[in-house]
Amino acid sequence: MANTYSKVGEMTTNDGVPLKISLQRSQRKLKLWAFLLVAPLLIFITISFILPVVSMTMRGVENPQVANILPNVVDALYVWDGVDLPDEAAYEALVIDLTAGRKNKNIGKVASRLNYERSGMRRVISGSSRKAAKLKEGPYKEQMIKINKAWGDVTTWSLIKRESGAFTYSYLVAAVDYKITDQGDIVAKSEEKQIYKSLFGRTLMMSFTITIICILLAYPIAYLLATLPMAKSNLLMILVLLPFWTSLLVRTTTWIVLLQSNGVLNDILVWMNIIDDSGRLQMIYNQTGTIIAMTHILLPFMVLPLYSVMKTIPPSYMRAALSLGANPVVSYVRVYIPMTVTGIGAGSLLVFILSIGYYITPALVGGQSGVLISNMIAYHMQNSLNWGLAGALGFILLVIVMIFYAIFNKVIGIDKMKMG
Amino acid sequence: MDSNPDFLVQFKNVQKSYDGVHLVVKDFNVDMVKGEFLTMLGPSGSGKTTCLMMLAGFETATSGQIILDGQSINNVAPHKREIGMVFQNYALFPHMSVAENLAFPLQVRKMGKSEITEKVNHALKMVRLDHFANRRPAQLSGGQQQRVAVARALVFRPKLVLMDEPLGALDKNLREEMQYEIKHIHEDLGVTMLYVTHDQVEALTMSDRIAVFDDGIVQQLASPHVLYDEPTNAFVANFIGENNRLMGKVVSIEGDVCSVELDGGGGLVQAKKINVAGVGDRTTLSLRPERVIVDPAAGECPNNCEARVEELIYHGDHTRTRVSVSGSTDFIIKVPNTHNQQHMKRGQSIRIGWNTGDCRALDA
Amino acid sequence: MKKLLKRSIVATAIAAVSMTMMTTAVQAESSLTVVSWGGSYSKSQMRAYHEPWTAKTGTKILHEDKSGTGLAGIRSQVEANNVSWDLVDMLEGNAMIACDEGLIEEINYDEILAPAPDGTPASKDFLGGLNGCFIPQIYYATLFAYNDEMFKGEKPSTIADIFDLEKFPGKRSLEKIPAGNLEWALMADGVAAKDIYDVLSTEEGVTRAFKKLDTIKDSVIWWEAGAQPPQLLSDKEVSIASGYNGRFFGAQVNEKQPFTIIWDGQLAEIDGWVVPKGKLTPELKKYIKFITDTQRLADQSKYISYGPARKSSASLVDKHADTGVDMKPHMPTSPANFTNPIIKNAEWWANNNDDMSERFNAWLSK
Repeated sequence: MANTYSKVGEMTTNDGVPLKISLQRSQRKLKLWAFLLVAPLLIFITISFILPVVSMTMRGVENPQVANILPNVVDALYVWDGVDLPDEAAYEALVIDLTAGRKNKNIGKVASRLNYERSGMRRVISGSSRKAAKLKEGPYKEQMIKINKAWGDVTTWSLIKRESGAFTYSYLVAAVDYKITDQGDIVAKSEEKQIYKSLFGRTLMMSFTITIICILLAYPIAYLLATLPMAKSNLLMILVLLPFWTSLLVRTTTWIVLLQSNGVLNDILVWMNIIDDSGRLQMIYNQTGTIIAMTHILLPFMVLPLYSVMKTIPPSYMRAALSLGANPVVSYVRVYIPMTVTGIGAGSLLVFILSIGYYITPALVGGQSGVLISNMIAYHMQNSLNWGLAGALGFILLVIVMIFYAIFNKVIGIDKMKMG
Repeated sequence: MDSNPDFLVQFKNVQKSYDGVHLVVKDFNVDMVKGEFLTMLGPSGSGKTTCLMMLAGFETATSGQIILDGQSINNVAPHKREIGMVFQNYALFPHMSVAENLAFPLQVRKMGKSEITEKVNHALKMVRLDHFANRRPAQLSGGQQQRVAVARALVFRPKLVLMDEPLGALDKNLREEMQYEIKHIHEDLGVTMLYVTHDQVEALTMSDRIAVFDDGIVQQLASPHVLYDEPTNAFVANFIGENNRLMGKVVSIEGDVCSVELDGGGGLVQAKKINVAGVGDRTTLSLRPERVIVDPAAGECPNNCEARVEELIYHGDHTRTRVSVSGSTDFIIKVPNTHNQQHMKRGQSIRIGWNTGDCRALDA
Repeated sequence: MKKLLKRSIVATAIAAVSMTMMTTAVQAESSLTVVSWGGSYSKSQMRAYHEPWTAKTGTKILHEDKSGTGLAGIRSQVEANNVSWDLVDMLEGNAMIACDEGLIEEINYDEILAPAPDGTPASKDFLGGLNGCFIPQIYYATLFAYNDEMFKGEKPSTIADIFDLEKFPGKRSLEKIPAGNLEWALMADGVAAKDIYDVLSTEEGVTRAFKKLDTIKDSVIWWEAGAQPPQLLSDKEVSIASGYNGRFFGAQVNEKQPFTIIWDGQLAEIDGWVVPKGKLTPELKKYIKFITDTQRLADQSKYISYGPARKSSASLVDKHADTGVDMKPHMPTSPANFTNPIIKNAEWWANNNDDMSERFNAWLSK
């Protein structure tokens, strides 16, 4: 036993190896195995989730176009005072860069980039590049101003100088309905161009509404599922899961068939003389339609966590409350519902976060008033191709989701949640 | 209403069926005196818990009457019955502290705040948990949770407390400790308790009377020592305590003694006639292991049998000796380990005997 | 195990090499990859252009329905220096952007395109859109049509009627983009067709257009795919819808829908061909000369009701190939229909689309 202690306080094995090291060695293989087992998932998540999120976020601040495609102009403007038109050197640099950009076929990128900041810049840049390539010799200042009078405007140059950094905050500024003026001040966009702040607000409000409706609808269903005998609850469970097994598109178009103004529901209401033919209800292509369809699609995400929590609550709790003299309503409210809070929390978190990012359904049934922020992100990804703005909007959305996640964690505790 | 004011609870011809085909409780009749500790004992599925649930109001009686304090409660909602109940899993509300759990029955009775605090503190003191008032149930040990559950069932002073296998989840030592504790609370408060368990030791330790259930029927309802010493049928004899069984046929009956021809060639023995109808009936002889005498002196007891030692298990104060007697190979004898006790060996042939009064002839 | 692995690697390599050889073989057989919009439009091109050319020369025409993302496609292929498209069908506005960015070949029209039968050089024979890189093919119109059954008495006939909800009740369906809607709003507000883009170039003009759109905003169902407007009309979800004239024609002729087209204020736009950078081979030149000559453009109108982009083709427009309907009255370019057109200013939209879209989206979400 004497050799177990090499010196005071440090345990060793019989071989004299410190116990801690020996323990690490013996567990190294296990750790390696554990790592190898999770490695595929880790790699998959990194490639399919973390990298895209990071790159999307980066797109919201990256600004490589001007610096990379107009490098000579940026250099020439480095010492420019920004008050008067720049000197001949800048114009010569411009001709060199435009010609090179046209040859390298990347002039369109800088044209699009500057067009986001000011309308018309697309044609100023790309049109000039086409004509600049044909210029024989300098001095270029007069010739360029003749090609496009924008080159005789100081603000054109200050715009190029402003956006010559590797990073820009102009996307983030635009994503909250502000803009950068020619003088470089950040001011609110004009009323008729403001959209994102109200869209974020509407998205949160509608997600909240959908979550509340889901709780109200899912609670009784989950309770039935948890308390009915197996044969009946299985059937009910199939009904709950049925939407999961149907294509999202099919479900959404089904709602269109049901809810449109010449749809099934309106026809029935007219037939029953509840409404007259001219007073058909508009239940789709607006917020109502989005809320109805999304509630339907997201309901299982609320039912399942609730069900899994309720399933673990033995009937003895309600019985205990009753035996202690509480009437059924009080028992339910004070004992049963609080015990399902973790389920409500998990379901709400799922539904809320899913609905914040939903976009297919609102795009199909949302009309103009039921459109959510994710539809704008998709629009900028697919239609306007303004990925920088899409990245900035996505980043803000991510921050909002994380704030809500933190709130949920604080209030309910993520570790206590049961996801089903 | 035919009811006796001395009885707190009366079951009258109560039957219960879940499916309309089978009866789980066939014909239950019991009268509980105020202040009594009555235990319903039986194997699982014997109907004891169903009877408890009918009394608590969570099951309805299919037929018959349940009377509480002179009132038929068949149609009284559970929360109006004023019956305290302790559940097998304690059913402490996990989202409330210990004190809030205890306050719950008082709050729903719209008591004043100071009164509630006083009663809760008193109840906590009773179960020695006054320092745990603000803990959540999950932060307590099993035994502590159990005491909270008992305190909660008592805090609103119910006339009757029901306990549904309350100690089932505890380990052996704790269980024994809690048995005494519950017993003491019962004695101190004088509250009437109806207790359900499948553990016969628990039932024997705690109860004033025990109703032994099997197959939806009360087999015997009596005090613990009567059940042990004087079981009236083979099931009770077997279920309560350890029991040796010898099968045989009644040859003759003289007064309350009958002669029985043992199966397996053990010869003729004398037994006390308890549950046999007449000569020629098959019977089960019931004999407690500690009442068997090894190597009786000649003429010491009227019944003598040849036996062969099969197995010896040392138990400290006694040696459990399994012998084969008259075709039965699981006949147990408890041999006290006293100084003068001779040592037996496996395979050895010995003689065993017993007094006629210790051997009861029961139904086959 | 190792042996097996080795063997499978060899097998894969052989397969890969033979695949490459096969592809080369196919290319050697001479083929052209043509990108277009799909549907009945592509079909009309196949029958009028591709099939005759294959019959004549044996060159195979491979079809891809990618024009919806044509500009982005050319951009990525040219940037990656791996251009697989030979000829791309594109709108004038996008062609202008691609041309400015140097993504597509500049075209010497009189050299590459065939003259009219009477000898008029190509640059004089086309109706417009010869901006350097773009080869016009058809005039198509985005315009309004209504379902006859929705209006018992008087029928709408002008752009102003579209905006008159009292006289012509019912929902409208408009495309969910600013282009077209702003022009029509101004026209309904009394601006003459030729002045529309001047007015739109001012801040007040844009505000005026949106203000006019406000008057019908609550009654509009917005569409995003070309198939939607005829569907919405036949479902009677809306009474009047904007859409492509070819689609309405298809619904009228093929499905016998009771639709009537309002030719007033048709938004005429040119659609045509562009050649990705580096693809202007002699073979392709011959092909382009063939498919853009007077007869071929006229032939296409046998299959779809889009107007040929050449003046000289107009008189050759004939009957619909399958139903025998006389196509002349259905052409957006036929004189009876071309009375009050808005010629879409592709350059204006190339410059202002970002700005207008931003404002349009903001307006929509209000």
